[in-house]
Amino acid sequence: MPQPLNYLKETASQTAGPYVHIGLIPAMAGFDIFEKNFSNVLVTPNTQGERITLEGRVLDGSGSPLRDVLLEIWQANAAGRYNHPADRSVGALDEEFRGWGRAGSDFDSGLVTFETVKPGAITDKAGRKCAPHVNVWIVARGINIGLNTRLYFSDEEAANAADPVLNLVEPPVRRSTLIAKRGERAGKVVYTFTINLQGPEETVFFDV
Amino acid sequence: MNAQAPIPALQDPRFNRPEPFTPPLRDGGFFQRDRSIHPPAHAPGYKSSVLRSPRQALLSLENSISEITGPVFGHNDLGPLDNDLIRNYAKDGDPVGERIIVHGRVLDETGRGVPNTLVEFWQANAGGRYRHKKDTYLAPIDPNFGGCGRALSDDTGYYYFRTVKPGPYPWRNYVNSWRPAHIHFSVFGSGLAQRLITQMYFEGDPLIPVCPILTTIPDKDALDRLVAPLDLNASTPFDSLAYRFDIVLRGQRSTYFENRPEGN
Ligand SMILES: [Fe+2]
Repeated sequence: MPQPLNYLKETASQTAGPYVHIGLIPAMAGFDIFEKNFSNVLVTPNTQGERITLEGRVLDGSGSPLRDVLLEIWQANAAGRYNHPADRSVGALDEEFRGWGRAGSDFDSGLVTFETVKPGAITDKAGRKCAPHVNVWIVARGINIGLNTRLYFSDEEAANAADPVLNLVEPPVRRSTLIAKRGERAGKVVYTFTINLQGPEETVFFDV
Repeated sequence: MNAQAPIPALQDPRFNRPEPFTPPLRDGGFFQRDRSIHPPAHAPGYKSSVLRSPRQALLSLENSISEITGPVFGHNDLGPLDNDLIRNYAKDGDPVGERIIVHGRVLDETGRGVPNTLVEFWQANAGGRYRHKKDTYLAPIDPNFGGCGRALSDDTGYYYFRTVKPGPYPWRNYVNSWRPAHIHFSVFGSGLAQRLITQMYFEGDPLIPVCPILTTIPDKDALDRLVAPLDLNASTPFDSLAYRFDIVLRGQRSTYFENRPEGN
């Protein structure tokens, strides 16, 4: 027998269940307990960058919206810099932007919204240019391990065409499942998206 | 009016505290996730997973800066009672139930503590009822129990909180499906790829081997690692029992392998 490597094993995932709101968004469960709460608003009045709304739904294999899903997003700031010590790229940090938020879907419509800024293009550690994108993590009843996907932006066609991750997606027709569509509503920029858990237009999910 | 004597404040129950240390910043990719120890997305015995499980293969990504990084939290995000579920929603007395302390370390697969990471937890009350507008189980709401809390691990990855032991509850899967007593956990780690939601169970619970959610886990050892043992040494005499629950997140390479300025 060779020497044992003695790595620990990752703790197994379990579903977040139908009552995930209690722990992560107690106001949605129907009560107020914490002095400070996390939310779907990533911006302060002083955050740099173009204000955008992300709005979408997660659909199950029957095409019905999940009404008990929770999404978290993680993104770079308008200068393309993540607010994390491991990002040593050149874009300026924005003290008014953590780059993270969470939202539960509406219990009736299934709509999920985030108020944020459009992220800048990222230069990763290998020096590759990456198209602006928002990283999305999805948990719910019936989802046994959190799902990772991304949202890219429909008005970034050239950057999307050169993006190293989008270019990994085969067949290319599936790349469109990762693109949020730019529109306007009451003078505000709204990107809309649909995440399909199954079916012919199943969204691309990543093993990160 | 609360006629009770004041209950003692929650104190760090740990003995033999390791010295603090400042780990070097790691910014390489995370170890590949071993999916064989996790439940599959499609696990028909847990019926809700059938329509909610992707059917295409996941696209494997070498970690880029988007997955190596993740949100950073600090004590400013928390309130002073956030890790004390006996007190953080108390209105006119203590919640009903067995008083317990849950403590442990957030580690990575190399055994290193994961410092300053946010750990969130939520649970049913002692009767198995959740404080949630969608929970209609006949067991009563406890007016003094909210059922959620959070903690930031310290510089060695250690966390702890105080609560009451949750009760088992029935749910719609088969006609007679019951969840073992459990506490839900959400953990961040230092990068997005470490993000994890799981559930902690209690040593000796006879509902564990028949739970359709717990048994989605294909690996017996992985399942056993979700079961917290009674930790009598960390209990507070005449006050609270303790359970120990360590959480292991993915390990991380020290430096990004496509760009090794120091030849690490
Ligand atoms: Fe539960």
